[in-house]
Amino acid sequence: MTEQTADDAGTRRRGVPMRGAFRVLGLLRESPVGMIGAGIILFWVVVAILAPVLAPYPPDQQIGPLVNAPPMTRAEPGRPYFTEEGMQTTDGTELYLLGGDSIGRDVLSRLIWGARSVLIYAPLATAFAYAIGILMGLLAGYKRGWVDDVLSRISDMILAFPVLVLYVVIITVLDRSALNIVLAVTFASAPGIMRIVRGLVLVLRNRDYVAAAQTRGESSWYIMFWEILPNARGPLIVDACLRLGYTTITIGVLGFLGLGLPPPDPNWGNLIAENRNVALTAPHSTVFPCIAISSLVLGLNMLADGLREISLKD
Amino acid sequence: MILFLAKRLMLMLLTMLAVSILLFLVLEINVENLATRVLGQFSTPEQRQIWMEENGYLRPLYVRYLEWVGDALQGDLGHSTRFNVPVSEVLWERLANTGLLALCVFALMVPLSLTLGILAGMKEGSSVDRSITFVSVLTTSVPEFASAVLLSAVFVFALGWLPGTSGMNQGFRWEEMVLPVLVLVLYGFGYIARMMRASMAEVMQSPYIRTAVLKGLPYRRVIMRHALRNALIAPFTVIILQINWLLSGVIVVEYFFSYKGFGALLLEASLNTDIDVIQACAAIAVLVAVGTQTLADIGYTYLDPRIRFT
Repeated sequence: MTEQTADDAGTRRRGVPMRGAFRVLGLLRESPVGMIGAGIILFWVVVAILAPVLAPYPPDQQIGPLVNAPPMTRAEPGRPYFTEEGMQTTDGTELYLLGGDSIGRDVLSRLIWGARSVLIYAPLATAFAYAIGILMGLLAGYKRGWVDDVLSRISDMILAFPVLVLYVVIITVLDRSALNIVLAVTFASAPGIMRIVRGLVLVLRNRDYVAAAQTRGESSWYIMFWEILPNARGPLIVDACLRLGYTTITIGVLGFLGLGLPPPDPNWGNLIAENRNVALTAPHSTVFPCIAISSLVLGLNMLADGLREISLKD
Repeated sequence: MILFLAKRLMLMLLTMLAVSILLFLVLEINVENLATRVLGQFSTPEQRQIWMEENGYLRPLYVRYLEWVGDALQGDLGHSTRFNVPVSEVLWERLANTGLLALCVFALMVPLSLTLGILAGMKEGSSVDRSITFVSVLTTSVPEFASAVLLSAVFVFALGWLPGTSGMNQGFRWEEMVLPVLVLVLYGFGYIARMMRASMAEVMQSPYIRTAVLKGLPYRRVIMRHALRNALIAPFTVIILQINWLLSGVIVVEYFFSYKGFGALLLEASLNTDIDVIQACAAIAVLVAVGTQTLADIGYTYLDPRIRFT
């Protein structure tokens, strides 16, 4: 299947990348599944961007009576809480749509701010992994020989680990920080990306336009990045969507296991970890973040399905 | 055939060797950092020095590596600082628990996903196919920790049918197995079902199936006798490779339900920087992963006579 799409891409040659992106969006109309997926993703992106406007309360603000309060709780008037401007009191009009968490913070506000955290770190980590994976894959597939052998053996080794075992081992020696999570994701998923890119390059490197560029005397870097890579983009975009979903799950799982972004970061995995001890008595504070992360991953998977459908059509 | 097996086994041993070096390097190349993690960030440099001396961390890396491998091969996996017993004392019991969990998961997941995949692949594009495909995309989009939370909310909080933890504190109880197994099956079955569907759909389009239908064989017989034989080859590999995924999944599920298994042990060791346990657990996880990979390769070659032993 990948071979076929690589062929399709090959006949079209290089286009202006921006026009390509718009064309894909236009084509997406043909796939209802992809449209729904894109819609879900767009929804969360808008929520993340507008977090300061949409979130009714600051994500770290604690109010005593809100501890484990069920959804649709109204604040009693005259309860004190602390903000950056000092002590304030509730006036009784505040509504907590999704209730409070185990230390009295508004679940809805944390959920909204959490979207921001997830939508920054998951794409960042995926992009990093892609940069490294593409570079490795291009080198291995185009240069072949010992470069290919070395890179392939290294990635075989890393891929031999069950993913989460690898993450647990890496995070054991590193501290809990955003940078280290990006590094861990890159380390663990670049080999998989490299394999895909290498496979595509092995098909594309025998094309006439590559031979033409070689005859013109272009450098191998030019050929790799300007002749081969743009023609491998179809399958890579589909894979990137799926991988973004995995990374979202990974960041969630790490947060859930207490190995992820340090608190009080409100990313969805952390929200579940913070409220795990009340998951069986006041489940709302863990259920809503679960629904949020599942919907985002579902959106990415559906978009990937839609894109694959379209790429097989042309 | 024997040459092929020997080659495969050699490859597996080489991979294990390389992986064990990688694992050792990641964990122990920076001894100073390791000492800080074990003793805490407020330990003095002298304390760290003493700790490194006492535990032999001042010797060269390769000496420590060879000693670790040598001891591990003789069954001595080191000492757990967290439980203060030899690693092997906790490890095997935990592995057996996880083995039981995995067995239950596979016993449920494989028949379920194969049946659904066959039903979907028999008539590509039918409403049965569309709904099965949709369900499998939906369930694979819900991460294990999320479905653990959601299923607990329904079956433990709302309905009160099942116990919320699976610590087996009063001996083994089947009720406590239900939720962990269900969570893993729910996440895992979609992938196998989709592979089965793809494989079935491909076989159904082949000329020999058309011939079988046209010569008037009952449809049941065409599916059971003719189509399945070939369609089951590809999913076989996928099923065996799911063991690799399961080793990740059990960490989440065992932690959430406090099931005393291998994944929970690895996580606990990691959170408490119990180096010997982490090394042993990770090495075993990779051994299982690489072993199943080899098994899948051999099995695939055996099942599909078109692939020659090379």
